Amino acid sequence: MFCNGQMQIEHIELKNITKRFPGVLACDNINLALKQGEILALLGENGAGKTTLMNILYGLYQPDEGEVIVNGRQTAIDSPQKAGALGIGMVHQHFMLVPNLTVRENVALCMFNDRTFHCDIAYVTETINRICTDHRIKIDPDAYIYELSVGEQQRVELIKALSLGANLLILDEPTAVLTPQETDKLILLLQEMAASGCSIIFISHKLNEVKAVSHHVAVLRGGKLVYNGSTDDHTTNELASLMAGRDINLPVAKEKEPSDKIILDIQNVTAIGDRGTQALNGLSLALRKGEIMGIAGVSGNGQSELAEVINGIRKVQSGRILFDGEDITNRTPQQIIDRRMGYIPADRLHEGTVAGFSVKENMILKDYARPPLAQATFLKDRAICRYANDLVAKFAIKTPSIDTTCASLSGGNIQKVIVAREMNRRPKVLVAVYPTRGLDMGAAEFVHSELLAARDKDETVLLISEELEELINLSDRIAVIYEGKILKIIPAKQAQKSALGLLMAGVQSHG
Amino acid sequence: MGNSRRRLQELTFNVGLTALSLLLALVIGAVLFLIAGANPIKAYGVMFTAPLEDIFGITEIFVRAAPLLLVALGISISFRSGILNIGGEGQILVGAIFGLCIALYAPPMHWSIMMPLIFAASFAGGALWGGIAGWMKAYLNVNEILSTVMLNYVAIQIYSYLIRGPMMDKQEIVYGTGASQTARIAREYWLAKLIPGARMHSGMIIAVVLAVIVFFFLWKTIYGYRMRAVGAEIRASRYAGVNTRWYLLLAMLLAGGFAGLAGAVEVLGVHHRGLESISAGYGFSGIVVALFGGLHPLGAIPASIIFGLLIVGADMMQRAVHVPAYIILAIQGLIILAIVSSNVFITKKGMRAKMVKFLGKATGRK
Repeated sequence: MFCNGQMQIEHIELKNITKRFPGVLACDNINLALKQGEILALLGENGAGKTTLMNILYGLYQPDEGEVIVNGRQTAIDSPQKAGALGIGMVHQHFMLVPNLTVRENVALCMFNDRTFHCDIAYVTETINRICTDHRIKIDPDAYIYELSVGEQQRVELIKALSLGANLLILDEPTAVLTPQETDKLILLLQEMAASGCSIIFISHKLNEVKAVSHHVAVLRGGKLVYNGSTDDHTTNELASLMAGRDINLPVAKEKEPSDKIILDIQNVTAIGDRGTQALNGLSLALRKGEIMGIAGVSGNGQSELAEVINGIRKVQSGRILFDGEDITNRTPQQIIDRRMGYIPADRLHEGTVAGFSVKENMILKDYARPPLAQATFLKDRAICRYANDLVAKFAIKTPSIDTTCASLSGGNIQKVIVAREMNRRPKVLVAVYPTRGLDMGAAEFVHSELLAARDKDETVLLISEELEELINLSDRIAVIYEGKILKIIPAKQAQKSALGLLMAGVQSHG
Repeated sequence: MGNSRRRLQELTFNVGLTALSLLLALVIGAVLFLIAGANPIKAYGVMFTAPLEDIFGITEIFVRAAPLLLVALGISISFRSGILNIGGEGQILVGAIFGLCIALYAPPMHWSIMMPLIFAASFAGGALWGGIAGWMKAYLNVNEILSTVMLNYVAIQIYSYLIRGPMMDKQEIVYGTGASQTARIAREYWLAKLIPGARMHSGMIIAVVLAVIVFFFLWKTIYGYRMRAVGAEIRASRYAGVNTRWYLLLAMLLAGGFAGLAGAVEVLGVHHRGLESISAGYGFSGIVVALFGGLHPLGAIPASIIFGLLIVGADMMQRAVHVPAYIILAIQGLIILAIVSSNVFITKKGMRAKMVKFLGKATGRK
């Protein structure tokens, strides 16, 4: 069985590709080849040149040197249209879908851009059905995009690419937004697609997935190809070191005598979510001083609401929250900040930082009103600059200056700004939500070691994450959240991924 | 060395592009003049040079610039806080009403007590009108563009009713002339004239001082920091503990208050009474002034003077070449459009690069 399309890409080769941007050598003499039916994983830290290389293949950029060879013939890919005609499709990390149109309409939208008036909906339906049966994708063509989960939306993107006849698919960090369950489904789907003759380039930082899905792996670092070979030849740790150019050891929590003191006591809390549903449903949880409590769960089971009620951003309906012996239920965010609660929110661009503000202004986001940064009502410029410069140096944040806007930093450095700000306040409890989502291994290592350093200072961390490995490595105890309640709390040392996975799905074992 | 050369290049680009787009606007305007049967060269000559020829013209520019600057300060505060305030007109009028009430009906006092009272009343009036929209935005999530525009109409009607009814000059009724205006306020409460014989009053000085204060407020105080944070990213401000609703309301209270001060300046400095269309479109022009000044209080100072020149020049041109008033409005609009759109190419990086490329192609060099 073959992917549909005009032409089959049996072999594609990137030869001596070099691309320069002002002041940066984004791709430095890269050679890469891919056969039909093969899955190539493209690895690299942020800024290693992965996206640039794929944009060259997709016709968005032109290489300064080198050539692209398709089926043995040198081919100039000078526009995404040309790439499409060759059978190259790309699924971007951020989906390009119209939320209030149906699946069918979204597919039609991408197919009929060459005709003015006529839209052959029957043909679109037929195409969708054929693709779905060929690849065993389950989707309702009449569902509206906004009704679909993130994983389903991604399948629509795949259908869109396939409906244009793509048989080389480029997936840019496809799992960054998926839950572990959706990721597993995607990996299965990709393997089936490869078996039926599609070639796939899979961009990711997540090494476990790369090991699971790919035959072949290419590692980029600083624009250079540092490894190109079979996936099975290296362990995940070796691949991580190749990506970073140094040994990466994600730190692991050492055993520690648990304290008796309860620092944060959440008692029977209920709260309503954004969509009006009961997001927290009588949740109780007690955190001991100096421990890292992991929260495991499939996203949408009340994690973000839990973080918000603790920090006063969402109203508690019933129940109460005690913080260091004091009732903070439904206090204002400011009052809770003043009692030294720290919070690393999930959305680092819109909640954790003010994107349009400078690094300096973001550093003082929670302390701008306190001496020495302010006196009476006046901001002390010199003290603020000193403070921000200190933090930039202490946390090794890569920024041209403290006056650069936060929005122009990389994701990892934006997260470092947040971590620096929150850690420097010496919080009694730090709530960290998906703190390493979308970060490369180097940045994730930094965040992990900071969380452990907080624990060593007898600070408490509530770590909400979907990465089971992260939870098991860092936590003292792991609480599994399901439908707004804590299902079970287990010591991390005894936690097993498979058991956690079952609990996350709401299955409680007996005994 | 290299840096200063680049700066020079940038400056040349900025000035050149603005000049080029102005020229384009004037050429289009010239066509309008030709249709109306006037000599465009003469008309433009009058427009840009006549206001600067004598002391009357120059002083008149500042008479126009003062209310523009005050409105623009309020607009800068509200836009920086994320509220698109289109209600300057209404806020000016309510400010004028409150000021007039004190000036006309309060027991006589020494001017040093009375004038601050009048200004405070006008500020409060404008703040009330802006605050209504601010409160609806913050607590009921009502779109502020709709509410501020609609409140303009309400204010205009209330103002018209008052100057035709309860606040109408008793003499107009006695003599039967019936002009819709209030009585004149006592001479000792007028803003000081800076130059004998001209209308220029101390309002511009007040406005410039306030501009400096607003700058310090927005960038050097914790309240200004909070307001800018709310404007730039409301979720992050809530996360940081800012009471976002209160700061949205405060932004509109201040924005309305400054527009209200513009009403007071017009009453105390220019007309010395309340009369028809006292707001003179300053509520809308003030928005353009604020945007042209980069939503920066200090940038609004030169911007208000430039727009003052534009208004005075257009008035003079109208008299000199005898063209219908509406053509003048069209020319003003074209000039504003040219300046604002060239500003986009100057401040937005991507747009700028595109324009540089285009100009490079057009002139055949880099």
